[in-house]
Amino acid sequence: MATRAAPPTSIHVVKARVLVRPKVGILDPQGAAAERALGALGFDGVSEVRIGRLIELEVTDPATLPEMCERLLANPLIEDYEVVLGAS
Amino acid sequence: MKFGVISFPGSCDDVDAQLACARVADVVALWHADHDLQGVDAVVIPGGFSYGDYLRAGAIARFAPIMTEVIEFAHAGGHVIGICNGFQVCCEAGLLPGALLTNTSLRFVCRQVSLEVVNYDTPFTRSLEPGRPLSIPVKHTTGRYYAPEAQLDRLEADGQVVLRYRAGENPNGSLRDIAGVTNEGRNVFGLMPHPEHAVDPLTGSTDGLGLFASLSDSLGALVRGGR
Repeated sequence: MATRAAPPTSIHVVKARVLVRPKVGILDPQGAAAERALGALGFDGVSEVRIGRLIELEVTDPATLPEMCERLLANPLIEDYEVVLGAS
Repeated sequence: MKFGVISFPGSCDDVDAQLACARVADVVALWHADHDLQGVDAVVIPGGFSYGDYLRAGAIARFAPIMTEVIEFAHAGGHVIGICNGFQVCCEAGLLPGALLTNTSLRFVCRQVSLEVVNYDTPFTRSLEPGRPLSIPVKHTTGRYYAPEAQLDRLEADGQVVLRYRAGENPNGSLRDIAGVTNEGRNVFGLMPHPEHAVDPLTGSTDGLGLFASLSDSLGALVRGGR
């Protein structure tokens, strides 16, 4: 009886989140508008509202995430990014 | 002298750009998925919403197949005009300095603006009448020109700021009222206003035509000079 080849090992996928934010010092009119709206709703003491972007993805090689961010997911001139691994 | 106008999925000003170019030179349509510039002397990246403006305006179009050739062409000194979305694509591709952010008003603006030509010593502005402002429409939501302060100082010192919104005309919060810039080599020009919509008296102004004519004159002279 022929020996069977071992089944292919399942590719390990890692969940990740990329948080993209407007860089400090760059005017964020969306954040300012949301801040004013919160004030209008009676929520006092809200400041420094900044609106960015959340990208969820699954990757087999998390080491490639910074390059993905630099080249596409964020524009490093105007945005900072943060990679969070293992997010559920 | 032959212009090529790129069409991406979501471009909407490509036909107007072709019609504007055709008034001053020959023009061919270029397709985003091709790897062929068809021997054009200048490339126009037109306005619109390439790839739906997903992620960031211009961020996906910048990696379209034809952009490989456009970037090579520009690096070799070829002339490129990026209008509105085309300006955003050029910035994302690193062909022009800076970036374009959401208008301070958060609103889509669509109106005629008055522009000051800051630098006449570019192939795109050389034939314009000195000192005469241009009346050209803008229509965008993401047109606030941004670059870090030190870079803005360098752009101004090097004459890379080509167009400015005149006092009280800035429609989007652009830093230093910047409406159009070139790269260091003066062969890539990006602007938010739409010169292709200001080429016929029917629509109120023909001031946009001067920018296409200027480039055609500049390159025509080179071609006639046996480049």
